[in-house]
Amino acid sequence: MAIQLTINDQLHHLDVAPDTPLLWVIRDQLELTGTKFGCGVASCGACTVHLNGTPIRSCVTPISVAAGGEIRTVEGLEGSGDPIAEAVQQAWGEKDVVQCGYCQSGQIMSAVGLLKETPNPSDEQIDSYMSGNVCRCATYVRVKDAIKTASDKLEG
Amino acid sequence: MSVAISRRNFLKAGASGAAVLLVGINPRGALAAGQQSTEFNPFVRIDADGMVTVIIKHFEMGQGTTTGLTTLVAEELDADWSRVKPQFAPSDNAKYKNLAFGSQGTGGSTAIANSFMQYRQAGAAARELLVKAAARVWQVAPQQIRVEKGVLSAGNHRGSFGDFVELAAGMEPNPEPILKSPEQFQLIGKQKLPRKDSKAKTNGSARFAMDVKLPGMRYVVILRAPKFGGKLIDFDASQATKISGFVDAKALPNAAGVAVYAENTWAALQARNAIQAQWDLSGAEQRSSDQLVADHRAVNQSPQHQAKSDGTEQVAALVDAAPRRIEAEFSFPFLAHAPMEPLVCVFEPTANGVRVLDGCQFPAIAHGTIAAVLQLKPEQVEIETLYAGGSFGRRATPTADYHVEAALAYALLGQKLPVKLIWSREDDIRGGYYRPMAQHRASIGLDENGQIIGWDHRITAKSILIGSPFESVMVHNGIDHTTIEGVADSLYTLPKMSVGVTNFETPVPVLWWRSVGHTHNAYVIESLIDMLAHETERDPVELRLSLLDRSHKEQARLAGVIEAARDLADWKPGQKRGFAAHYSFNTFVAVVADVSADGDKVHVDKLHIAVDCGVAINPDVIRAQMEGGAGFGLGAVMRNAITLQDGEVVQSNFPDYQPLRMADMPAIEVRIVSSNEAPTGVGEPGVPPTGPAVANAIFAVTGKRILDLPMTNSGLSFV
Ligand code: FES
Ligand code: FES
Repeated sequence: MAIQLTINDQLHHLDVAPDTPLLWVIRDQLELTGTKFGCGVASCGACTVHLNGTPIRSCVTPISVAAGGEIRTVEGLEGSGDPIAEAVQQAWGEKDVVQCGYCQSGQIMSAVGLLKETPNPSDEQIDSYMSGNVCRCATYVRVKDAIKTASDKLEG
Repeated sequence: MSVAISRRNFLKAGASGAAVLLVGINPRGALAAGQQSTEFNPFVRIDADGMVTVIIKHFEMGQGTTTGLTTLVAEELDADWSRVKPQFAPSDNAKYKNLAFGSQGTGGSTAIANSFMQYRQAGAAARELLVKAAARVWQVAPQQIRVEKGVLSAGNHRGSFGDFVELAAGMEPNPEPILKSPEQFQLIGKQKLPRKDSKAKTNGSARFAMDVKLPGMRYVVILRAPKFGGKLIDFDASQATKISGFVDAKALPNAAGVAVYAENTWAALQARNAIQAQWDLSGAEQRSSDQLVADHRAVNQSPQHQAKSDGTEQVAALVDAAPRRIEAEFSFPFLAHAPMEPLVCVFEPTANGVRVLDGCQFPAIAHGTIAAVLQLKPEQVEIETLYAGGSFGRRATPTADYHVEAALAYALLGQKLPVKLIWSREDDIRGGYYRPMAQHRASIGLDENGQIIGWDHRITAKSILIGSPFESVMVHNGIDHTTIEGVADSLYTLPKMSVGVTNFETPVPVLWWRSVGHTHNAYVIESLIDMLAHETERDPVELRLSLLDRSHKEQARLAGVIEAARDLADWKPGQKRGFAAHYSFNTFVAVVADVSADGDKVHVDKLHIAVDCGVAINPDVIRAQMEGGAGFGLGAVMRNAITLQDGEVVQSNFPDYQPLRMADMPAIEVRIVSSNEAPTGVGEPGVPPTGPAVANAIFAVTGKRILDLPMTNSGLSFV
C-alpha cells in the first residue's frame, strides 16, 4: 500500500503493508535507528515517537494509522526549534542520565510529551506519565531529576 | 563523540600521511610508542590535530567504562577533557586482555581495577614523550615544561599535543613513567566529569548492534524448542511463504531450532509465527516450578559437598544441642537479565573471513567460538564492538550462545551474505541462561547469651561454571565458587560454620546475573543477621559491627561503610528501618532502607547507600552505578520470577516479567567513603545488599519476614 509519511519534517513515499508497525518502517526502512525496539507490545516505551505532537508507542501503531501524519523521532529533536526538546536534551546531559542508553530515546520523547502537557509536573505526575518507559539500568532517579531541571529552566 | 570508528581506520594509523603518536604495551609487556601499531597494542592515540583517542579494551553496557578508562589516560596526560574520546579496541585476546582473567572480556566488576595502572602508565608515557619532544624543539629542559589541558608551555613557548606527535613517535618511551600522586589528580575524583557517551545516547546517534543495517543483509530470528533441552525433528514453513519479505527457513545443524530469514525484522518475526515445528522433548526439562523447588529442598537435606572445614554433621550436632536456635529456609527463583536491548549480532563477510558487529562482552570466548563454528582461523575473524544496550551478564556466556546461533545461520547461507540475528523480548524472557534457582537452609545455634555457637548452612543451586571453560579456575572439589560466594567467605566472624553445597541438575541453562551468587547469598546472610538481631534484641547495626574485627583490613572496611550508612541515614536503634551490608567484587556497600506500608501494600521510599570502592575515579559514575544496581536488585526481589509449567516458561514479555518502573524507584542518597586503596568495581556491588535491606525494613514495619522470593509470593504488593 502506498503511504505518505512526514518524519522529522521530511516527506516520505513508502510502499508497505498497512499493518506493518511504524517502528519497523522507521528503523529498518528509513534507518532512523534512534527509535528502539524493546518489547514490541507497548510495554517498555523504547519505541516512543511523536505522532502529531503526541507520544505514541510505534511498535503497536500500524503504519496505516500514522499515514498522512507528522512523525518526530529523537533524531528530529535537535534543531527542531522546540524549546522543550532543547531543554530536555540539555538536562539529560547535565544530569548524565544515561547508562546503557538504549531506553533513553524513548524516555526523552516521553519527557518532551509530558512537559508539553504539564509544564511543571509534580513527582506523582512524572511517575504516572513516565510509567510506560522502562529503564533496565534503573536511571529513574536521574530521569526524574532531569525532567525537573528542564521544567525549571523552561519556567524560569 | 564517536567510538564506532571501525578497526580498519584504526589500524591505518599514520597511513594517511598525517603524523600520529600511538602509545601502548608491546608483547613483552613493556611500554612502546610509534606511528604504527603492528608491533604493540596502543591504548592511546594522539593525532596531529591534538585529538586524543583512548582505546577501550572493555565494552560499554552502561557501567561507564568509556568514561572511566578515558579519565585514567586524560589524567596522566593532562589532556583537555573535551578533546579526548574513547574508541573500542578490536577483539585481540593477546593485546587487550583483562588482567583479572587473562583474556579479553568484561565482567566481575573488574574493568577499572585491572586497567588502573595500565591506562595511567600509557597516559604518563605519552605525556613524557610529548614533553621530551617539545624540550628538544624549544631547546629547554623537560622540567621547565608545563602541561595543562592539552597545552604544553615553557616561557614564551606554547604548543598543542598535535605539534609534537611526529617527533614524539620516533622516541623511546620511558619504561617506568612517573605517575601522579593522588594529590595531583585533576580529573580522577572530580565530582562531575561529563560522561563520554552522554550526547550520542541522547540524540539517537549512539550505534548499537540492533541498529546495524548492511546491503543485502538477511534478518534472522530463531524458532527454538518450547522446553529446555528439546531437539528439532522437522518443520513446515509453507504458511510462512505467504508473508511478504520472508526469504527462507533452515534447520540449524545442531537441531537447536529453525533459522528464519527475511528481508526485515518484522517479516522475520511474522514468518516465525507461521512455522510449525516438531520437537523431540525426551531429554527436555518437563518439571514445573513447584516440583523444582521441592526437588531443590529435598536434595538440600544431604549436601554433596562441604565448603568449610567443619563438617555438616558436626555443626548440626552443635546447633541441635544449643539452647536457642534460629532456623530458616529461603527460596529464590530463576531470573532473566532482560537487558533493554535484546540480544543481537551481525555477521558480515570480509575479503578473507568475517566481521562480527556486536555489543561484545567477552571477545575472548566469542572470537574463538565463531572461528571454530565457521571453520576459520582466528585471524580471519574480526569483532567490532558496539555499544551494548545493557547486559547484566547476559551478553557473556561461556558457550557464546547467541554468537553460535548467528554463526550457524550465517554458515547456512554459505557465509556470503550479511546476517543479523535478532532476539525478540519473548526470546529473551523464555531463552534461559537465568540466574539459577536457589534453596538455602540455615540453622543457627546460640548460647544463653545469644552468642553464635554453630551455623549450619546448606545451599542447593545449579552450578553456573561446571562444564564451562571457567571450571578449572572457579570450581574446587565440586564446589562452584559462585554458589557460595558471600556465605562461605562472609567477612563476619561466624564461629563453627558449615556450608553444605548441592549442585542441582536441570537442562535449564543458568548464568551469572549482575553480582552472580551474591544475589541470593547476601539476601540470606543479611536476613539471618537481622533475625539474629531481632532474636537477641540487639540493634542490627551494632550487632554487625560486633561481628567484625577491625584489625582485619577487609572487615574494617566493611565496618567503615556500615558506620557511613548509619550516619548518612541518621540511623537510631529502635527505628523501623532496614539495614544490610555486603562485600562483593572487592567493594563494600551498606544500605539503610526506608519503606512505608499500608497492610500488604508496600512502597520503598528511600535508600541510603554507603560505598567503599577504593580510589573513586568518577564519583558521579559510582553514584549512578549504586542507583542502578540498587534499582536492578530491588525490581527483582519485589516481583520478578521465571517459572516453569511442565517445563515451559510461563512468562514471555514485560507484562508478565514486570520490570521496575519509575513509580517503584525510591529516592537514593549515596555516600562514597574516601579511600586511597586501589580502585575496585562498582557495576555489581550495589545489587546484593539492596534486597535484604528492603526485606529487613519490611520486617521492621510489617512484621513479615520474607523468605520466599520474589516478595509478591508473600502476598505483598508494591505501589
Ligand atoms: S518496543 Fe514499543 S513499547 Fe516496547
Ligand atoms: S539506560 Fe539502560 S535501559 Fe535505560
